Amino acid sequence: MNDVVLALYSDRLFMAAVAVYVLAMALHAAEYAAARARRVPAAVGAAPSALRSHSADVGAVGPHYGSEAQGSAAPDASPGSDPSSVSDPPRRGTAERLGAVAVNLVVLGVVLHAASLVTRGLATDRWPLGNMYEFTSAIALAAVVAWLVVLRRNPALRAVGLFVLLPVVVLLFLAGTVLYARAAPVVPALRSYWLVVHVTTITVSSGLLLVPGVASLLYLLRRSGRAAALAERLPSANTLDRLAYRTTVVAFPLYTFGVIAGAVWAEAAWGRFWGWDPKETVAFVAWVVYAAYLHARATAGWRSGRAAWINVAGFAVVLFNLFFINMVVAGLHSYAGI
Amino acid sequence: MTTTAPAPAPDETPPAPPPAPLALLRNTWRGLTSMRTALVLLFLLAMAALPGALLPQRSLNQRLVDQYVADHPTLAPWLDRLQFFDVFASPWFAAVYLLLMVSLVGCLLPRTAEHLRGLRVPPPPTPRNLGRLPHAAEARLDDAVPAVEARVETRLRGWRRLWADEAGGVRTVSAERGQLREVGNLVFHLSLLGLLVAFAAGKLFGYEGQVIVLSGGGQFCNTGILGYDSFRAGLRVDGTDLESFCVRIDDFTATYEPNGQPASYEAAVGYQNGADLAAGTQEWRTTTIAVNRPLRIDGSRVYLLGHGYAPRFTITFPDGQQRTGEIQWRPVDQATLLSEGATKFARPGVTDDEQRRTSQLAVTGLLAPSSSGGAVVTSVFPALHDPEAAVDVLRGDLGLDDGRGQSIFTVDRSGLDTGALTRVARENMRPGDEITLDDGTRVRFDGVRDWVSLQVSHDPAQAWVLVFAVFALVGLLLSLSVRRRRFWVRLTPLDGASARVELGGLARTDRAGYGEEFARLRAELLQDRRPGEGPEERP
Ligand code: HEM
Repeated sequence: MNDVVLALYSDRLFMAAVAVYVLAMALHAAEYAAARARRVPAAVGAAPSALRSHSADVGAVGPHYGSEAQGSAAPDASPGSDPSSVSDPPRRGTAERLGAVAVNLVVLGVVLHAASLVTRGLATDRWPLGNMYEFTSAIALAAVVAWLVVLRRNPALRAVGLFVLLPVVVLLFLAGTVLYARAAPVVPALRSYWLVVHVTTITVSSGLLLVPGVASLLYLLRRSGRAAALAERLPSANTLDRLAYRTTVVAFPLYTFGVIAGAVWAEAAWGRFWGWDPKETVAFVAWVVYAAYLHARATAGWRSGRAAWINVAGFAVVLFNLFFINMVVAGLHSYAGI
Repeated sequence: MTTTAPAPAPDETPPAPPPAPLALLRNTWRGLTSMRTALVLLFLLAMAALPGALLPQRSLNQRLVDQYVADHPTLAPWLDRLQFFDVFASPWFAAVYLLLMVSLVGCLLPRTAEHLRGLRVPPPPTPRNLGRLPHAAEARLDDAVPAVEARVETRLRGWRRLWADEAGGVRTVSAERGQLREVGNLVFHLSLLGLLVAFAAGKLFGYEGQVIVLSGGGQFCNTGILGYDSFRAGLRVDGTDLESFCVRIDDFTATYEPNGQPASYEAAVGYQNGADLAAGTQEWRTTTIAVNRPLRIDGSRVYLLGHGYAPRFTITFPDGQQRTGEIQWRPVDQATLLSEGATKFARPGVTDDEQRRTSQLAVTGLLAPSSSGGAVVTSVFPALHDPEAAVDVLRGDLGLDDGRGQSIFTVDRSGLDTGALTRVARENMRPGDEITLDDGTRVRFDGVRDWVSLQVSHDPAQAWVLVFAVFALVGLLLSLSVRRRRFWVRLTPLDGASARVELGGLARTDRAGYGEEFARLRAELLQDRRPGEGPEERP
């Protein structure tokens, strides 16, 4: 197979992946509609492990959080039993089946999506992270994979799937239209092992950070009490908060590593390890915002709502760095091209 | 240490009735080192850095700053006064990060001390009622207390534990684990301090200079600032004591994709380091430098930044004297390396000042490395396939003598209007072509050589920056992955052959997931592995 054909396959696989994700989103939405709001706590919120580790948090953070945390956990409080399966079997079955198919579709989407990146790499004979189309696609892929891992460890979170897929599909749509670039080689400065190390870690961690960004937004939605019909089907505020925290804690060190790797590469490529190039500056800002998030989690009065806002802001800065800085501000990183 | 009591924010501290300066100081210090202040400072730091990305910065690109100033005549002077074009050198940016560092030190010192003390303090005694802890379980086992105790002891290997006796033959153990988290946290924050210090040291004692060197034997020696085309010195660098080394560019090769995109740059170089120079050796060490592959000599680095072309012209004056000029022309189009420049000559052997001044020659114009072949010279490809130069030869007063600094790439053409300069030829030339001027002077285009632009960077502290960054990362990983938790067991003899076993667990940090570990401990110690029985059973 020659490169042109491979590149064509890559584009087709990309489109197929997007189509499958969109379909999965539709099924998730149907799942939402099919499940009656009243059964929400049993169907979604009551993962036993979640409940237990939740109480661990209460012990950890100290008495002043106990009451609040307990309060929000109250609806979940019958872990062992699942009354809905008894009271309303057929309807539950529909929602359940729709959800399960949606998740299977997401898995299929990931396979197609990954294959599209791999064929792109083969077609161009380089690591497939050389322009914004490829970064954006890879960030979306990392986000979906991270989501599947989270879901596997805690199947009760499934209702969040719709909200993870939504930004993913938006990102992929942008990637496939505005940002699309034909398969081509990259400039000499990008031909380095550091491209693999630095860009891959930054991409993967950015993708991972999408999940806590979404979880924090949903958390805020849930806490605000607005859009109740939508929010009710979601896991408890506490579960969402923990999802945000646990994913951030994995993504943040990876992001840190990515920034350090970038500095090492810059030392070899540009003659200095740090020069406050716009991209570097905004990466620094994002890093500081996530550090603030972690501090907020340990500061009285900041732990819940404000921390979630900070996490959302962090992801906004990451996106800003990816899109605005690459496309609008001229800097050394601009040669990655659109 | 991990649960942070609501620290008094500076404005919340009740002011002491007589504003005793000591109390004020203490309160200020407390406020400054509180977690909340740290948070606010982190925000300020993020906010303060943003204009550095959104506005053009002098340190990166003076031209863009000038452009911005021209486009925003009312706003720009204010921004400039507030140093928004030099954010990272501005006092307000420094103030934020220095305050943050002070806050960090104030926060870390007590924490370190407390942590060291905590390492020696045994885990707290077993609470009376384990059932009230967030994780608890109990069971009756058909084993005597000593047998269970032995099993608990084995299972809790790796935990810090303290056994104690209670009345009635009751044995308890308090166990603790995960102190590495605190260590990681301290290492992380201390490394940040180290990082900042190393970064600052690099700014003080480092320097950076750019220079253009002709390929095919051109040399550059790092002897002083004057050798450079541009130079940025650290605050403690006066340029008199640079690391000595010499570099010679033996050959330069560039390859391009069919569409003209550069595929690789590579220069074969020779060099002599400080020791070679001191020894006066004639030998040159050889290596190649390329993009992403600098030459590292005794703590300095030499980078290949870019390249261009230098045409060579030979002038044969009517009296038979010859002068050869070869100087870099600068690319005006990066895609095709169409270049412009001016190669200037003073007529030799003229003693009369006036005559010398008015008989200067300049060969100026455009150089196409791969000429389109048309009447108007343009370049179609960046490689040196078919060079052609479109030159004007100017004669007259080029201003070479009057001491004014002038561009090496252009000629001040205002002289053409005043008559101080005359254009004596306009011609398209290929290598080997020669034109004869009105006075019999001949101008020959000999050929084209590559030049490379090199950057020399020196930062004595950058290895330390890396070391601290790696330590910070390791500390971060530890502090985010290790959970600090406690575990208690109380063994009460029921009769000779069985015991009541109570377990209790408490996670001391904001880490979810202790429940799972507790469930495992419970399953193993209470010997019930039946799934789905209790909330803690999920493996
Ligand atoms: C350059 C400034 C700073 C940065 C980038 C920074 C970054 C971080 C990060 C990434 C963490 C996460 C590790 C963890 O959660 O255990 C952390 C934790 C922590 N930092 Fe900082 N920090 C800074 C300054 C400070 C200051 C000034 C203080 C004291 C007021 C402080 C106190 C703490 C504490 C107490 C924790 C542990 C929080 C916990 O228990 O989860 N930090 N810091």
